[in-house]
Amino acid sequence: MVNKKIVVLEDVMVEYGDALVLKDANLSVYEHDFLGIIGPNGGGKTTILKLMLGLIKPTKGKVLLYGETPEKKRNLIGYVPQYSHFDKDFPASVWDTVMMGRLAPKKCFKNFDENDKKIVCDALKTVDILDLRDRQISCLSGGQMQRVLVARALASEPKILLLDEPTASIDGRIESSFYELLAKLKKKMAIILVSHNIGAISIYVDKIACVNQTIYYHDDKEIRSEDIAEIYKCPVELIAHGVAHRVLKAHEPKGKKRNKI
Amino acid sequence: MIELLQYDFMKYALIAGLFASIACGIIGTYIVSKRIVFLSGGISHAAFGGIGLGYFLGISPLLGAVGFSIVFALLLGTASMKMKQREDTTIGVMWSFGMALGILFVYLTPGYAPDLMSYLFGSILTVSAFEILLILGLDAIIIVVVASLYKEFFAICFDEEFAKVRGVPVEKIYLVLLCLIALSVVILIRIVGVILVIAMLSIPAAISGKYTHNLKNIMFLSCFLGAVFMVLGLGLSYAFDLPSGATIILVAVAGFLISNIDTTYYKKLKIKS
Repeated sequence: MVNKKIVVLEDVMVEYGDALVLKDANLSVYEHDFLGIIGPNGGGKTTILKLMLGLIKPTKGKVLLYGETPEKKRNLIGYVPQYSHFDKDFPASVWDTVMMGRLAPKKCFKNFDENDKKIVCDALKTVDILDLRDRQISCLSGGQMQRVLVARALASEPKILLLDEPTASIDGRIESSFYELLAKLKKKMAIILVSHNIGAISIYVDKIACVNQTIYYHDDKEIRSEDIAEIYKCPVELIAHGVAHRVLKAHEPKGKKRNKI
Repeated sequence: MIELLQYDFMKYALIAGLFASIACGIIGTYIVSKRIVFLSGGISHAAFGGIGLGYFLGISPLLGAVGFSIVFALLLGTASMKMKQREDTTIGVMWSFGMALGILFVYLTPGYAPDLMSYLFGSILTVSAFEILLILGLDAIIIVVVASLYKEFFAICFDEEFAKVRGVPVEKIYLVLLCLIALSVVILIRIVGVILVIAMLSIPAAISGKYTHNLKNIMFLSCFLGAVFMVLGLGLSYAFDLPSGATIILVAVAGFLISNIDTTYYKKLKIKS
């Protein structure tokens, strides 16, 4: 089976006014990829997602989604924005929120039909919150809200799931169950996940790209310590949580002395 | 009180007030939940330019206001989309620009503009049959458009970015919403006047939002509250011989204060139990 390129960034440069956010950024994402994008805050992670969504245009370079402009193909993306982006007091129920996933240009002036409702029901079942359907979003916990946002993305029947800092507002125990949900979803779609938390995502994702003004990506899961040193501008000691497998090369033995902070 | 209704002007005032509360409730809900109260204030004050133009051209000032407020709504909407950072400055400029034009037009109109004050501060007791029909027509437009674009309006108010990714023509829908705000402003000008319009567009929806979290329920409750404020304000203004527009607004503000005290108290009770 030929593994198709679904997202391509080619020599992309992005400037906001005078500020350079991204330069010489190259990235290819294939079908069935589960890619984690990590990097320091303000390094351009969210910018990469917004480029893929066609919400911002590159100053230079090309962004392609399934070989076309993002505007033409972004309906294939299920987008899970940052939690902090929401007005939690907005008068909306879980059902209303997830229904937004069914919006489409040709549905203007029409009501949602039975098929839309069925798809929304299925999406709520997939993330295990069908019982919360009539709940107001202002009464949800961080973990529940995150699932609502994933359900909304799934309701668009996406080929790619794009998540921006999905675990920023939830605690560790819920976080692992959230990643298990993603592990289940990756069988059906490509997943691209942005996070500043290196340790947590490295257990679950299949490939990792590091971003700080440019993209360090080798189409695999190994984080090279020289990349990390480069993007964080200082040597960083990586600690793998859960120890599913090693993401960094073994350290040189330095005697038995170990400092644990 | 009932015997008041034998006067035509009182009947008209009541009908106009009740119809206006429909626009207040529906559009006010969007204004409050999308947090564009200030922008709507800009549109309503800019409408004064149209009133002046109406005098100048010798047509109904209210028709002038329809045109002007829609043009300014579109201008403001486009400007605020293009320059997100300085939106409040733009609104402030347009706000005074519209009013200045209005004053200039009135000055240039030969003779004396007798009921100018009634457009600034409202004069529900002098509403004519033609104006009631105009209010009714504008109400109908608002209801039809909101009913057919309900889910799109919901989407752009709640999460514009997501709506855009889903292919909703976010900019166009936003401009349509601003035009509906412009129409509501015109409806309310006769009742409470250019200067006080924004209170009637924000207070009922702000109160309702405290008691229910469903967008449709907020709309219904706001329409109801708007009607209550209108009738009460009208009654009090008649009983104590006060200006009607200002009295209606003061009743609404009183309602707002009571609801604030009420909800804070209610929250405290909740925390205790």
